[in-house]
Amino acid sequence: MLRRVRLALGVLLLTSVAFLVSGGLSPATAADTTITGTLTSPSGIAVTGVVITATGADGVSVSGTSDEKGVFVIPLPAGGSYTVELDVTTLPEGITLNNEADASRSLLVLGGEKRIIIGLSEGGESGIVTESSGTAERVVQLFLDGILYGLVIALGAVGLNLVFGTTGLTNFSHGELLSLGAFTALTFNTAGLNIIIAAPIAIVFAAFVYGWGQNRILWRPLRRRKTGLIAAMIVSIGLAIFLRYTLVLFFGGAPESYKQFAGQPGIALGPFNTTPKALILGALAILALAATVVWLQRSRIGKATRAVSDNPALASATGIDVERVISVVWIIGAGLAAFAGIYLGLTQNTVWNMGQRILLVLFAAVILGGLGTIYGAIVGAMVVGIFIQMTTLVIPTEMKTVGALFLMILILLVRPQGLLGRKERVG
Amino acid sequence: MHANTENTAPGRAAAYNALRDVAQVPGSPKPDPILIADHVSRQFGGLKAVDVAHVEIQRGSITALIGPNGAGKTTLFNLLTGFDKPDTGQWTLNTKPIAGKAPYRLARMGMVRTFQLTKALSRMTVMDNMLLGANGQSGERVFNALLPFTWKAQERANAERAMELLGRFNLDTKIDDFAGSLSGGQRKLLEMARALMVGPEIVMLDEPMAGVNPALTQSLLGHIKNIREEGTTVLFVEHDMDMVHDISDWVIVMAQGQVIAEGPPDAVMKDPQVIEAYLGSRHGSALTADGTSLTADSQGGNT
Amino acid sequence: MDFGQIFTLTITQAFGVTALIYLFAAIGLNIQFGYTGLLNFGQVAFVAAGAYSVGVIVLTFDLSLWLSIVVALITSTILALLLGIPTLRLRADYLAIVTIAASELLRLLVRSIAFKDVFGGAQGLNGKLGQEFHDLNPLPADFTLPVLSWSRQDLWVVIVGWSLALLFTLFVWGLVRSPWGRVVKGIREDEDAVVSLGKNVFVYKLQALVIGGGIAAFGGILWAVAKQSVQPDTFQPDFTFFVFTILLLGGAARVFGPIAGTVIFWFLLAGFGEVLSSLINNGYIDFLTATDVGSIRFMLMGLGLMLLMIFRPQGIFGDRRELALDAR
Repeated sequence: MLRRVRLALGVLLLTSVAFLVSGGLSPATAADTTITGTLTSPSGIAVTGVVITATGADGVSVSGTSDEKGVFVIPLPAGGSYTVELDVTTLPEGITLNNEADASRSLLVLGGEKRIIIGLSEGGESGIVTESSGTAERVVQLFLDGILYGLVIALGAVGLNLVFGTTGLTNFSHGELLSLGAFTALTFNTAGLNIIIAAPIAIVFAAFVYGWGQNRILWRPLRRRKTGLIAAMIVSIGLAIFLRYTLVLFFGGAPESYKQFAGQPGIALGPFNTTPKALILGALAILALAATVVWLQRSRIGKATRAVSDNPALASATGIDVERVISVVWIIGAGLAAFAGIYLGLTQNTVWNMGQRILLVLFAAVILGGLGTIYGAIVGAMVVGIFIQMTTLVIPTEMKTVGALFLMILILLVRPQGLLGRKERVG
Repeated sequence: MHANTENTAPGRAAAYNALRDVAQVPGSPKPDPILIADHVSRQFGGLKAVDVAHVEIQRGSITALIGPNGAGKTTLFNLLTGFDKPDTGQWTLNTKPIAGKAPYRLARMGMVRTFQLTKALSRMTVMDNMLLGANGQSGERVFNALLPFTWKAQERANAERAMELLGRFNLDTKIDDFAGSLSGGQRKLLEMARALMVGPEIVMLDEPMAGVNPALTQSLLGHIKNIREEGTTVLFVEHDMDMVHDISDWVIVMAQGQVIAEGPPDAVMKDPQVIEAYLGSRHGSALTADGTSLTADSQGGNT
Repeated sequence: MDFGQIFTLTITQAFGVTALIYLFAAIGLNIQFGYTGLLNFGQVAFVAAGAYSVGVIVLTFDLSLWLSIVVALITSTILALLLGIPTLRLRADYLAIVTIAASELLRLLVRSIAFKDVFGGAQGLNGKLGQEFHDLNPLPADFTLPVLSWSRQDLWVVIVGWSLALLFTLFVWGLVRSPWGRVVKGIREDEDAVVSLGKNVFVYKLQALVIGGGIAAFGGILWAVAKQSVQPDTFQPDFTFFVFTILLLGGAARVFGPIAGTVIFWFLLAGFGEVLSSLINNGYIDFLTATDVGSIRFMLMGLGLMLLMIFRPQGIFGDRRELALDAR
């Protein structure tokens, strides 16, 4: 019984991480300028006989076919802008792309070997997820990808860190605030609202229901009961499991996309390939984070928040309503987390365990920057985001999280107070 | 001055005689020091919490370390007992250098401390608390643990010693109670008895009177005196000057991380520098409330 | 509805192979968390170490199962030292994050393409694991149980598994009533106090981590041998949290806590699942489908962990004296 469930979960997981698994290393070729890549199914089997065509700006097209190792090489006449198309009819039975519209994308090849990664899945979905190329061009691309990823992490990490700072709770269910936000937006979106409208409604809903409400129903009573921090941490784990499987119950296990912008074609900004939605989301994320920082610096309740983080007893003694501050922190934290979830939903997809998958990365960011400090969380998030993307230069993409986790462990050992944190007084 | 000295206290008399001719200046050398510290400093951020040039603790005496809140007493305690790492400093126990040694090693060498917030091990019985104090138990080695015959005899001997100590501290009726069920004062007593179970040469008590109801304070003071009479050196931290007057043989005063005065209790309490340190930090209010005589002294000192 | 069958299936699971895997992990966690107070959120890594040791030695290197058991214990010890030496000086919540991160890190490594030749990638290692163990099965070839639905092979695993589990329980009982046990319990209550009494707390914590990890590794060995398969994605962090639930249910720092917790946990979980499935299959409940049962079971598990921690942190058989302490 459980075995069946676990098997089903395993299959789910396999499909959802298909894009990670599919990017093998490509062989060197004789031609000077090529587009190359390896097609592998999620279960690791090479996908052969798939035709991929690159069409240049001048209308000349060249194609390549994946060989018995799944490797395809498209020799290009010259560098330039190309539209790369994957002929989906040549895909073997059972192997699919996420979105057929995604089978076509434009990219800029400056020369040398340009590697592209094409995500395949067995019965599930994925798509052309990311691309990479050789040399400095790739460094720039990864750096900017890292900044965008770092912004998502920062949105998630700020709430995690604010709650930790004001209440001492190490919240293992914070990832689920991202998932809940994303799925709330999905619900509104499915009901007919454009995601541009659904997203802000979902964020406000998340802030007050999942943030304020959660604190009110669960955490405040626990604080009243004087539940220990470790006990509270374990409670948050139970909550995370509960919420995760509630999402499975209502939305199923398969990843879903929002109705709008799902297959937005990429654009090239100089050497940097991205999508308009990612840029807009990035800008909005910067705005949201900046607003949070300004709020903490300037507003009365923001200053009170910092005072509570510093010393709750003292803050309380000086007349600050600590519980009110905590309520506000939960509202802001949950709102930012919902934003992060929708961000992930728009740029990747929404899936029941999306929060769980990013939680450890959030912890990495928070620990790197220093527990309890908001600037630390943002700086830590940017470092982790860029670090995760940049490490794919030297380690396989599938192991990029390994690098981040390793970095976190290292930081904890060398500088437990984080990069920006203060050293605690002992005794 | 020493009219309240108990005649039946040879330990006190010995300590009094030994310290009688010691210079009453900060860092003065003692005839038979058990603990000598040099240039111990510790900084928190920009604040120099502890900066002690030289200090000696006389063997067999009760020495009080006093000073206003934030003077660095507990930090110095943490440093000396290895619970915190100093920025600079050397110190010796029985002339053996011990700076940088792990705190558990210092405990085994005979320097045992207690904590300001009592650390009774709540979910363990009073007897288990005591037995934990015994040193060199073979049953504490993981490989012997499963072979009771290797430690049963030792365990019985330790339990006897524990019973004897608990009897002295009036806790012998509570051996099977959880430590967490004891009253605040009883926990202090248990912690003290447990520290003695280690068989220390010097016990370092961090605010032993804090949080104890006044009725129990007297008996607690009595217990501390008894520790000295058994030949164990006592160094204790206290911020209330009145508390130390009755029991200490020697008083060391700290303010802003430094030792500012040393001497017998009566002399120290008249020291204008000490009074200023206290008044400066407390604005006099608590002090006047605690002891009017001191206020009178302070006026006398200032004129 | 056939309640007889539901009951039989439930009992089969409550004492079955999967329950045993969790039981070993819980006995180990009881030493680490229950008695010593170590917040080890990476217990699944020790189970994985045991399972992968068997998988790699037997399948990848084609060596003996018995050798693989020795290797499993060495691997889990090395893992405990690697995890413990740098982290056991950290605060409890940092230790929790480091251990969970390390367990995820290991899972990502063994499922990676880079080490596919050794660990089998995302597919894991599947094949004739534990043949030497099953060859020792003394049960007659045509043996069937009258009531419970264990196969001959599973029954052999269950018999050996429960014998080992009882042996380990006895071992824990011996350990925690010794002076060694007194020291680790002291560490759980207040580390600084124990240090101040001259105990090298770090060494005791490391010992607890190694012993608990070794027992958990037996869960992994059992897994590999019984299920003939080692797959990376079964070793997710949630495994550890279910072990925590089991331990809290039966009572942390109770010798029989893990056994009681495991049996009750699986009895409730399996019983609930079987009853619900049966209700759905027989048409009594039409707003749920059979696939929902799995999700609802996990939801209840999460809810159970929350409620236990809030209302009965000392387990369902709480000691009245300890209860009184909690109320303070």
